[in-house]
Amino acid sequence: MSATDIHAEATKITDAKQRYKAGVLKYRQMGYWQPDYVPRDTDVLCLFRITPQEGVDPVEAAAAVAGESSTATWTVVWTDRLTACDSYRAKAYKVEPVPGTPGQYFAWVAYDLILFEEGSIANMTASLIGNVFSFKPLKAARLEDIRIPVAYVKTFKGPPTGLIVERERLDKFGRPLLGATTKPKLGLSGRNYGRVVYEGLKGGLDFMKDDENINSQPFMHWRDRFLYVMDAVNKASAATGEVKGSYLNVTAATMEDMYERAEFAKELGSVIVMIDLVIGYTAIQSMSNWARKNDMILHLHRAGHGTYTRQKNHGVSFRVIAKWMRLAGVDHIHAGTAVGKLEGDPLTVQGYYNVCRESYNAVDLPRGLFFEQDWADLKKVMPVASGGIHAGQMHQLIDLFGDDVVLQFGGGTIGHPAGIQAGAVANRVALEAMVKARNEGRDIRQEGPEILKRAAQFCTPLKQALDTWGEITFNYAPTDTSDFATTPSVA
Amino acid sequence: MITNPTGRITQGQFSFLPDLTDDEITAQIEYGLRKGYAWSVEYTDDPHPRNTYWDMFGMPMFDLRDAAGVMQELRECRKTFPGHYIRMVAFDSARGIESITMSFIVNRPPSEPGFGLERQEAAGRTIRYTVKSYATDRPENERYR
Repeated sequence: MSATDIHAEATKITDAKQRYKAGVLKYRQMGYWQPDYVPRDTDVLCLFRITPQEGVDPVEAAAAVAGESSTATWTVVWTDRLTACDSYRAKAYKVEPVPGTPGQYFAWVAYDLILFEEGSIANMTASLIGNVFSFKPLKAARLEDIRIPVAYVKTFKGPPTGLIVERERLDKFGRPLLGATTKPKLGLSGRNYGRVVYEGLKGGLDFMKDDENINSQPFMHWRDRFLYVMDAVNKASAATGEVKGSYLNVTAATMEDMYERAEFAKELGSVIVMIDLVIGYTAIQSMSNWARKNDMILHLHRAGHGTYTRQKNHGVSFRVIAKWMRLAGVDHIHAGTAVGKLEGDPLTVQGYYNVCRESYNAVDLPRGLFFEQDWADLKKVMPVASGGIHAGQMHQLIDLFGDDVVLQFGGGTIGHPAGIQAGAVANRVALEAMVKARNEGRDIRQEGPEILKRAAQFCTPLKQALDTWGEITFNYAPTDTSDFATTPSVA
Repeated sequence: MITNPTGRITQGQFSFLPDLTDDEITAQIEYGLRKGYAWSVEYTDDPHPRNTYWDMFGMPMFDLRDAAGVMQELRECRKTFPGHYIRMVAFDSARGIESITMSFIVNRPPSEPGFGLERQEAAGRTIRYTVKSYATDRPENERYR
């Protein structure tokens, strides 16, 4: 079906007596389809990708999405007439076929601000990704992007620290931060775990990190981990003269447990604590409040997101999750590597980074940004690139992501043939050499491998790293790509 | 003697690389000037990781857009404090940043004794840590002789 086949004319029944007669109407007759609607600056705007069932008119499907994510039920109810129902109805106002993808349509929907509770991601998401995603007339639906009006943005406190203040606290400027996830992720005792943390930090990393599923298992109780890790952090800080940190994962079964763990991390002098996305939006906002009250950087691992962000036809785009998390208030978020082992088309991933770091996002279709977004000076989130990356990709990473990112080389540090400190040295030297060369005006995309080779001449650990991993790439076609540009894959 | 792999304090952008030559420092200053940053020169003989306020060698050079002029300030500072840590600091006053955007060490004392870690045993297995410089027991300006 082409754009001209979309029957987009206004079909709202305007006669009130007809409109509220008991029975079933089409959603587009009930007022959820308003092609003439001009979105207001204070509306929440959503772009859904919808796949209607065979024979379902795309405009009716879009109207149904608007209806089911706001006030509608399957039949006419007279009680609508007790309310100013026109303002509570979401309005689908545009439908277009997805370029090059038969059967899928983009549907734009506007929501009046009155529909949402101030400062609540849970409330916003209960409407926008609630019942509507199980609605039978749609085979599939995906929330592609969202515009949150400034009026709503200002009801959220945002990141407790933000990337600018984080740098000031850490005294680290003008280069990406370096981290590593302690490996193996499961099975180390507290004592052995702290050893890995000490070696990595003393070798030159800024951060070490608990993995998402390290909580408090039989092999390592959480208090034991925190005590050993903080000994490692402080020893490394004294050995280098730098502020160091290790993300202590406080994820637990209940809020009470998480608060207890976070309090202990604070008592031990940690600069940062960590939570997983699976704890849920409300728990994240609570931990954000706690972090703000306790001068703590809050790291978010996006564990679980792949279940609903990866497939293009159904779920929620990660750019929407990133926007919600900036509002909810985290300081770090895993946002992809483009070149590593995990899913991510380079331009699409850059789109996520821009959502985290810019004061204002312009429309940028190749990067998947469908709306302008004014962040109203809300603090910025530090994106984290983690998963199957190594020193040999340093030029690509810095070229793609710039300075405001945490680059995490877990295997690429701990798996170094000469040991963990050597792995950390290799990464830090590669990083500093690349930043220096870029600032000197070198074209690091082209000359990157040469710059690394030169640096390896004075740094044996870097040479060993390049010899071990230089050729490793994860070159698979990404599943989540822009519909508006052919995206180059990264070699 | 510091035992980390570099044998020295690793603060700043380039501590893991061989010391930058004056030409290389100039190139970094020029990069910052192209970005619209203001440079300043700071020095200290107390490089504790949490010592935020190194002393300013003059004001930040907001109106100096010439790398040679900035280098002249650095030379003056080196002449006055040859045995101190000196760092170049770039500041970006753009809305939403309003912070330091570059920082790297360009002068160090002849030997760097580094820091010790003091442990005070507290309740349970908790330990209170203090990072303490081996040099700061002596008065200012007498620390790295």
